[in-house]
Amino acid sequence: MRKIYLDHAATTPVRSEVLETMLPYFNEKFGNASSIHGFGRDAKVALEEAREKVAKILDASSSEIFFTGGGTESDNLAIKGTALANRKKGKHVITSKIEHHAILESCKFLEKEGLEVSYLPVDSKGLVDPEDLKKAIRGDTILVSIMYVNNEVGIIQPIEELCKIAKDRGIYFHTDAVQAMGKIAVDVQKLNVDMLAMSGHKIYGPKGVGAIYIRKGVRIIPLSHGGQHERSRRAGTENVPAIIGFAKALELVNKELESQNKHQKNLTKAFYKRLIESIPHMILHGDLNRRIPNTLNLSFKGVEGESVILSLDTKGVAVASGSACTSGTLEPSHVLSAMGIDPAIAQGAIRFSFGRDNTMQDVEYVAGILPEIVQRLRSISPLYAKKE
Amino acid sequence: MYSAKVMEHFQNPRNVGEIEDADGVGEIGNPVCGDIMKLYIKVKDGRIIEAKFKTFGCGAAIATSSMVTELVKGKTLEEAKKISRNTVAEALDGLPPIKMHCSNLAADALQKAIEDYKNKRNAKDQK
Repeated sequence: MRKIYLDHAATTPVRSEVLETMLPYFNEKFGNASSIHGFGRDAKVALEEAREKVAKILDASSSEIFFTGGGTESDNLAIKGTALANRKKGKHVITSKIEHHAILESCKFLEKEGLEVSYLPVDSKGLVDPEDLKKAIRGDTILVSIMYVNNEVGIIQPIEELCKIAKDRGIYFHTDAVQAMGKIAVDVQKLNVDMLAMSGHKIYGPKGVGAIYIRKGVRIIPLSHGGQHERSRRAGTENVPAIIGFAKALELVNKELESQNKHQKNLTKAFYKRLIESIPHMILHGDLNRRIPNTLNLSFKGVEGESVILSLDTKGVAVASGSACTSGTLEPSHVLSAMGIDPAIAQGAIRFSFGRDNTMQDVEYVAGILPEIVQRLRSISPLYAKKE
Repeated sequence: MYSAKVMEHFQNPRNVGEIEDADGVGEIGNPVCGDIMKLYIKVKDGRIIEAKFKTFGCGAAIATSSMVTELVKGKTLEEAKKISRNTVAEALDGLPPIKMHCSNLAADALQKAIEDYKNKRNAKDQK
């Protein structure tokens, strides 16, 4: 059976160039980067080269790049690490309602610890209003965290503008850039952020590795203790092969930013156009223009999301859904809810995220089978009885 | 995550549709996850002779709806009343734990349809 992967926002395959770069560091050059002998030095050199590479891409200094176990860990470190380190300065944190759970749950943890958190709303297009941020800032606000690109709808937030509001008032600004890397050029100087979280497996690198940019001078405490690794920000022997893979993946994705944007935008546009022509009562979630090139989030009125995923899966097509039934929580997507989407429509949301290996044939195939799937599910649905 | 039987019923659901002159209709919604199911029954001489459904929901919701309509056909009302979420789940070779609420939906809709039938009949008797 033909297999088409349209879930690149969930994870991506490791590119062969990345894998090749990683392999020697599992056995040949297996040294512990903290050891002072030759084996250790080889690992250390590679580790610092990787750090330098990442720093250069972000326009940061290599001493501001810290490798972690992934995007979630980077977000946890940013939120808990700075909030707890700056408690004497204040106890108020601001974030948005549409953040990844790595941010939201970290904020909930802070609330349990006695801190206060404001969750900014978004409009129907998925955007945070800078005026709302201005209004939410208090005298004791110590940190603002707004995601760069939302993982469910692919909407890009006005980070530069939001960041300026916080920085003008001397408040730290963190952004979860996990979904932004490889889709938009990320420059920490231009954005002026204090912290920025990244992940390896969303950019054709390995899973279980990520990084965080922490601007020099930011007061932060580590979450794991036990060694001097990563300048004491993250104890634990560095996962050298994964880190090298991450840096290589970031380098490649950055090099191909323009060509891949064009390629993936073409696919997404063609796909959307085909669907508009063939499926009535389809709803696009989020602003059409302020989005990353590869992601579309669509609802087909009267149809629930998981049943679409299952139907596509039996035909070899992999997509994701914001449906309660697939999140494991039984709650509809918090992102779509915050955007004011009707729960029955949110239940049907399907995320299509294209990748570098997808082709126009993939678009044709999926756009070809989807109308029939939607029609079949609508014929079962009590919410789509008399519309056709 | 789903049994082969769930997938089979999801892909080829039995008894999809509405019964225009149904003797009993049960509609039930899950306010948390948003699933909605509508079940129609036709009763003759104390037996359910036909059952149809329409469901908005996940794979499990559709499969359990389909299974319930199969299970009740030919059953007396007394027998049908004993059909619970567990009966339905077992008939489908099990459901993932988190999906048990979906099968609850189908069995509940059936019980509501039976109740509706009884209410309608009582109203008729009183006339």
